[in-house]
Amino acid sequence: MYGYQGKVLRIDLSKGVSKVEDLNLEEAKKFIGGRGLGTKLFVDEVSPSVDALSPENKILFATGPLTGTPTPTGGRYMVVTKSPLTGTIASSNSGGYWGAELKFSGYDVIIVEGRSEKPVYVMIEDDQVEIRDAAHVWGKVVSETTETLLKEVPEKSRVLTIGPAGEKLSNMAAVMNDVSRAAGRSGVGAVMGSKNLKAITVRGTNKVAIANEEALKAVVKDCNAKIRENGVTGQGLPTYGTAVLVNIINEGGVFPTNNFQLSQFSEAEDTSGELLAEKYLTKKDPCYRCPIACGRYCKVDDIEGGGPEYETIWAFGGDCGVSDMPSIIKSNFWCNEYGLDTISTGATIAAAMELYQKGFIKDEDLDGLSLDFGDSDAVVEWTKRIGQRAGFGDKMAEGSYRLADSYGVPELSMSVKKQELPAYDPRAIQGQGLQYATSNRGGCHVRGYLISPEILGLPEKLDRFTIEGKAAWVKIFQDFTAFIDSSGLCLFTSFAMGAGDYAAMTNAVIGTEWTADDVLLAGERIWNLERVFNLDAGVDPSQDTLPKRLLEDPIAEGPSKGNVARLSELLPEYYELRGWSTDGIPTQERKGLLKI
Amino acid sequence: MEFKVRLFATLRKDRGREMMVELGEEWTARAVIDQLKIDEKDVAILMINGRDGLLDTKLIEGDIVSIFPPVGGG
Repeated sequence: MYGYQGKVLRIDLSKGVSKVEDLNLEEAKKFIGGRGLGTKLFVDEVSPSVDALSPENKILFATGPLTGTPTPTGGRYMVVTKSPLTGTIASSNSGGYWGAELKFSGYDVIIVEGRSEKPVYVMIEDDQVEIRDAAHVWGKVVSETTETLLKEVPEKSRVLTIGPAGEKLSNMAAVMNDVSRAAGRSGVGAVMGSKNLKAITVRGTNKVAIANEEALKAVVKDCNAKIRENGVTGQGLPTYGTAVLVNIINEGGVFPTNNFQLSQFSEAEDTSGELLAEKYLTKKDPCYRCPIACGRYCKVDDIEGGGPEYETIWAFGGDCGVSDMPSIIKSNFWCNEYGLDTISTGATIAAAMELYQKGFIKDEDLDGLSLDFGDSDAVVEWTKRIGQRAGFGDKMAEGSYRLADSYGVPELSMSVKKQELPAYDPRAIQGQGLQYATSNRGGCHVRGYLISPEILGLPEKLDRFTIEGKAAWVKIFQDFTAFIDSSGLCLFTSFAMGAGDYAAMTNAVIGTEWTADDVLLAGERIWNLERVFNLDAGVDPSQDTLPKRLLEDPIAEGPSKGNVARLSELLPEYYELRGWSTDGIPTQERKGLLKI
Repeated sequence: MEFKVRLFATLRKDRGREMMVELGEEWTARAVIDQLKIDEKDVAILMINGRDGLLDTKLIEGDIVSIFPPVGGG
């Protein structure tokens, strides 16, 4: 068997036992691995109507066939479960080193089910699996938990853990690994918390068998050269990380400011990637076998750690009207420590600020802490209170949709399917707007990064204000991304590589003979599998939409002035291209064609 | 005529971040990059007043030219 280890580790926390099962190889190849295979295994075992925080929900940690191989960035894994935030399928991806180590321990996927009566962690060292007491790390932040566990597990182990936010079942809790890497979105950390599962440590000594070593050597050399020679992956990301986007996105009037009330931030330069590199960067922080090394490591005062990324800088910066980089670095640090998704946390504080601005939230609710746009110290403090669920932070920990809805104004939550939108105003980028609305995990940019053609000009430049041809671009980007997310590679490789490159790498590793078309077809199969689960879970096509503000209120000023998201014009074409009914349901014929 | 020019990322090195550039007869972004000694291959994204522009787009009085090298992320 090549590319896969052929084993699934099943851990039943209710019974306190684990067992090893054979991987169905045919199914693995059909759904690739990671996001696709994880979703297939999940939907076969779990009812779509399951309560996300009940013992009946399961949480999967899935590697791809390229995880743990010499392919560039081949260290990713995916957390798959039902999201407590959105009620949709959740699949949150992370880098670092834990994913590759899981593969080396001999398993492609871990399935965790049930619920432990008391806090536990799982120690894995090759075929030795132990469910251990975690009382001593329960309540501890991520760095302290990681340090403590590393002293009591086999040497060279890697640690995946939740922080206090996951223990306290926050809808924006992340799963963290290697201290500062996050499977951030959709509240996957709360599902671990609901099972009383604090952490999983892994250590492995198995190799991943390669079908054609010579072919792999050649294709890896070729792909590494493409990554090196590409301006984005060879220069931009290595030099500045993702934060370099702050000035670009802001310059075009696409940078949501004060909870999307504005689309340009007059003080963005003070939160730029250029400034981060000049003043706060202490080192690069690359993931397993990554030639790009976009990860940052920054220091301010006595705080030092991984990040911040572009989305994080936006969420705690412009979206909250904050132009103070030190406070953004601190908010990011506390998110990593409490195990919080930085996008949802910052965007929820921004929504709370607008609720306060408009008089819905009153001073007496706030224990003396400010909720004014631009108050940087208060944003850091709110981040901590959300992590601790302290005071009004307890209510904010539910996410912006539930917060705004509790005041009768859910439209003030800038979210899709209850998940907070990231750092691009869709009124100024029509393809990205359609992508947000149709993303299978709600508000998200990495289910299809249309910013690439619409702003960055990759693989070709599209006019961001037009809608012609955009539905087709969205479909291709979504399908292509679903494959990459399933392969075990990082999405950033796609700035430099095309579908044919992924086919060539996968072929060399697992011995298939796939073409670029097969890559896109597998991605489409995965996309439809997720869609069917969401529909069965009651997330109907009426939720393929955007916040009212973005559909109806034109951008008031700046380079994108006068535009709204033209979703109603794009959605019918998108459904048709997907082969779905006019009301957005995958047809039997399409499902048959995709073999799902 | 003088035009405001904004540079980003690596293009700022030895040039600064914002400047006024005096153009003679040819009012284009190409004339701007020539004067600032920026290689055309280092121009990945070009905006004029925050909207997509081309090197040969004719500038008009008051236009602001923003130039980015290849960058990306998310």
